[in-house]
Amino acid sequence: MYKALADAIRDAEQQKKTLAQVALETEARDQGRPIEDIRAALKRALDVMRSAIEKGLTGDLYSASGLVGGDAAKLRVNQKGPLAETPFRDILTRALAVQEVNAAMGVIVAAPTAGGAGVLPAILTGLAKAKSVSDDKVVDGLATAGLIGAVVAERASLSGAEGGCQAETGAAAGMAAGAATEMLGGTPSQVGHAVALTMQGTLGLVCDPLGGLVELPCVFRNATGSAIALAGIEMALAGITFAIPVDEVIDVMGEIGREMDVRYRETAGGGLAATPTGRRLAKERLYQIKRSEG
Amino acid sequence: MVSLLDIIGPVMVGPSSSHTAGACRLGLLARGLVGGTPQSGVLQLHGSFARTGEGHGTDKALVGGLLGFRPDDERLRDALQIAEREGLDYKFEKTTIADAAHPNTVRISIERGDSKATMLGSSLGAGRVLVQEIDGYPVEVTGNLHTIVLVAEDRKGSIARITGILAEHDINIATLRLTRKEKGGDAFMVIECDELPDKKAGEELRALDWVRWTRRLDKVSGG
Repeated sequence: MYKALADAIRDAEQQKKTLAQVALETEARDQGRPIEDIRAALKRALDVMRSAIEKGLTGDLYSASGLVGGDAAKLRVNQKGPLAETPFRDILTRALAVQEVNAAMGVIVAAPTAGGAGVLPAILTGLAKAKSVSDDKVVDGLATAGLIGAVVAERASLSGAEGGCQAETGAAAGMAAGAATEMLGGTPSQVGHAVALTMQGTLGLVCDPLGGLVELPCVFRNATGSAIALAGIEMALAGITFAIPVDEVIDVMGEIGREMDVRYRETAGGGLAATPTGRRLAKERLYQIKRSEG
Repeated sequence: MVSLLDIIGPVMVGPSSSHTAGACRLGLLARGLVGGTPQSGVLQLHGSFARTGEGHGTDKALVGGLLGFRPDDERLRDALQIAEREGLDYKFEKTTIADAAHPNTVRISIERGDSKATMLGSSLGAGRVLVQEIDGYPVEVTGNLHTIVLVAEDRKGSIARITGILAEHDINIATLRLTRKEKGGDAFMVIECDELPDKKAGEELRALDWVRWTRRLDKVSGG
């Protein structure tokens, strides 16, 4: 797979192809698998994403600790905010739904990780619904997202324990923004700018879940991460460019992650996890899990 | 090499690819060592597995793996109750395996009939796992392919004999790693295969009088 998005964008523009096409062709060569086979696997991932959303919207799901759950349904029903009835709001709802399913030990697609699994399905399926995009195009979107994620994995990290939340929901937002920009007709170069415009907004984000559990704030970070991705998509499709090249934005995310104190890398030693309330809740809830499991 | 399908995947039961999906794969690998669901198991949790394992369902995922459930199987959620019904008597212990051990490490000791096995493995993140020790022998097994591990006397022609047996059983070798601590000392072999080595091939390897010990680990991840 590509190690720089600039190379993929150059190849796509020279060959008059989409990034999804160059990503699928490269994957087929790398893995010795036919493109149709890879597309079928991505379609299965899309089906799992859709059923997770459906389950999260209709189900009454709570995590083992009870720290998170039931909020996707609130957002779906209580249409009181300024974004009522908009695709924006629908996307936030979908992101919460997937993460609530994840926290309740339901089936999700780790894309790129379980902790950041809400953003990509929310953005792609939410925009596909709003703009009547075909499933084939959404599968292309997953390929583009995979390409972006692979470059982030290569140059920086996709692990909260290594790079903080910027490497999980931040990377997920970058992947979703790039994929959706192409899905909605953006050029390969606009995809690069969408990723850069999105990830500049999540640089420095720490991984600070209460008790070290993938629950709080992870569930909400997927909604706010989706909001930042939507901002990136909107700006890139309007022709706005970001002066720092996308690969350099990704590199600096990795650099910030390596410099980040270990307290802010999924250890529950800092950030929200270490607030007085964060500590108290974690203690109470972990005790509750132990008791309920006897 | 990073694959698109590693990034858009795996499909898994939440909430954590390292604490849940990886833990399940470690359970599956251990199950393979005794050839089915064990009757008893002691699972020693180290580091983050010990500290946050319960909230992440690490206990359920490990036991679910021992029961043969894969990382995307929704029965993982109820694995502890199912284990009771299926007669798997499990026990968890919190321990420090070694200060330098990976934070997500478990030592699994299981028994099934006459078969016993002890396995030390870690979950490295994104669902990837690494088995570092089996029955006290140091190994490196990822579970991405079917794997045979083997300890043999260091003697000429041993690799030819072993690969010959695998070829006779129509098994293609993907990778083979041979190490030894000293000349004339035990040789450790890790052989990754494209096909699942059948029982007969394993018996023939075990029958070689210079093979001290051998185990097969089934593939638990990858496409």
